[in-house]
Amino acid sequence: METVIAVEDLKKTYRPKGRKGVEVKALDGISFEFSRGEFFGLLGPNGAGKTTTIGILTTRVIPSGGAAKIEGVDVARDPVAVKRRIGVVPQVNNLDRSLTAKEILLFHAEYFGVPRHEREQQADDLLKRFELSDRADEKVNGFSGGMVQRLKIARALMHNPAILFLDEPTTGLDPQSRRMMWELLMELNQKGLTILLTTHYMEEADQLCGRAAIIDHGKLLALDSPAQLKRSVPGGYLVELQVRSDVPQPFVSALQSLPGVVDVKTENNRVRVYADHAEGLLASAMRAAADQDVMITDAHVAEPSLENLFLHLTGRSLRE
Amino acid sequence: MPLWQIILLTMTAFIALLHRDLRVARRELVSFLLRVALNPLMFTFIFGFVMPRMGIIQRGYTDMLLPGILGLSMTLSSMQAVSLPLVIDFGWSKEIEDRLLAPISIAGVGIEKIIVGVVQAIIAGAVVMPLAWLLMRVHLDLSWISAVHFVLVALLSSWLFAAFGMVMGTIVPPQQISLLFTLLLAPMIFFGCAYYPWATLHVIPWFQYAVLVNPLVYANEGFRLALTPGMPHMSMPAIYAALIGFSALFTWLGLRKFEARALD
Repeated sequence: METVIAVEDLKKTYRPKGRKGVEVKALDGISFEFSRGEFFGLLGPNGAGKTTTIGILTTRVIPSGGAAKIEGVDVARDPVAVKRRIGVVPQVNNLDRSLTAKEILLFHAEYFGVPRHEREQQADDLLKRFELSDRADEKVNGFSGGMVQRLKIARALMHNPAILFLDEPTTGLDPQSRRMMWELLMELNQKGLTILLTTHYMEEADQLCGRAAIIDHGKLLALDSPAQLKRSVPGGYLVELQVRSDVPQPFVSALQSLPGVVDVKTENNRVRVYADHAEGLLASAMRAAADQDVMITDAHVAEPSLENLFLHLTGRSLRE
Repeated sequence: MPLWQIILLTMTAFIALLHRDLRVARRELVSFLLRVALNPLMFTFIFGFVMPRMGIIQRGYTDMLLPGILGLSMTLSSMQAVSLPLVIDFGWSKEIEDRLLAPISIAGVGIEKIIVGVVQAIIAGAVVMPLAWLLMRVHLDLSWISAVHFVLVALLSSWLFAAFGMVMGTIVPPQQISLLFTLLLAPMIFFGCAYYPWATLHVIPWFQYAVLVNPLVYANEGFRLALTPGMPHMSMPAIYAALIGFSALFTWLGLRKFEARALD
């Protein structure tokens, strides 16, 4: 596969403006690559270095060390050539408040030299697809969070970029708008658009990204598909059993001796079995219950969340 | 990519940015005209029309006033056209990032902002000049050499103050924008030789030399050179040297600050 983004040992240190204050190491040497057509996620808590990474890749932030290349072009050396290749959906609402929704799209395409007829067509298509047609001739002041977000994505797509960058696109959206956003992004990726997205929502990376890099304190902690990442958590799978009576001790011992089981916890008439993998675990647990004449009334298998993964990698929870 | 193609793409982005700013300016034309024209016209009406008729001010004063009024209108409107949007953009709206995504260098976006300031100054001049002349009926020099001076001085002064506006717009935090007007703009206007020719300041020598740090002096003296060359004015080389020197200084400083604010 053709590499479209190559980040190598990227560093960014923010120096304080006055004499007082401390240096902040926003990025402490991160490296990753990804290929055309990928949906790539940067996952981490606020302040992990996600926005700085996207800032460097979109030429807004100058790196203190290392290099980042987009389609082989160094972002620090030739920012204008990079700008021609990328579409950017920043975290803040930077929509042009002096223009209407449609004008925002048209002028953006004009900056990129898209011919008039083509940009008119493209703007109409995108407004329709993003359900903004009936507000096309309004200024954006009264737009809802979801509409602002959709218009920002439409703007980024107006000049047909090779890569789309999105910085926390669903932060602050209601669940319905978030789901709509997810569907939209998946559709774009399925049509071949390469996407890099930052998020601090575990399920978002899980839903959307083919691969995700977990970063914290400016360092890359892990990089793999969400499924593989989940598998790396010891005892990350959970089988939860509801028992009719109290949980007998021999049943607990039997569960503990099953292959892959890391820990078993009981609470009234509920048993939680933590294991490294889930294959066959539920069946074995049910067999053990039958052997011990324990009546199971409900069973539930939970995959490890990326949240658990984060806890496992960093020793702290994601939303700290 | 070949060089000519890069130049073409950069020019395309530049013209599109200009197109956007002029579209927005055109939409706000009425408030823009009121902003640039009302103050100088009221001033002209009182000092150039009412008071000479009362005999409080000598009739000849209007000849000294007209170039200054024009200089003030043009320089202040180009300065405001650049500085106010920048203060708001960098201060809180962050809207500038929308323009910074355009495929053009940051300095390119900055120069485009300066040009927009120059265009607005020309519009302001084109409105104020005939109205002020109608009120004061100053005898203007209409020789071709004066016309050349007029065009050069108008362009240089507008550019100078658009660049100065960029410096102000990038260093003044939004909370202190009103301070900018009281602490900087007011003394600049009153000590800017708009209401009196620089040469007449010889009566207070220390003041005459102190005002030379004020770039507005050269814009107003330049308009005196172009419009009323018969009246006292600063020497032509001094005017052009100062206008070009200050323009270069503020353009360099403004673009540097603009880049520093645009990038992290």
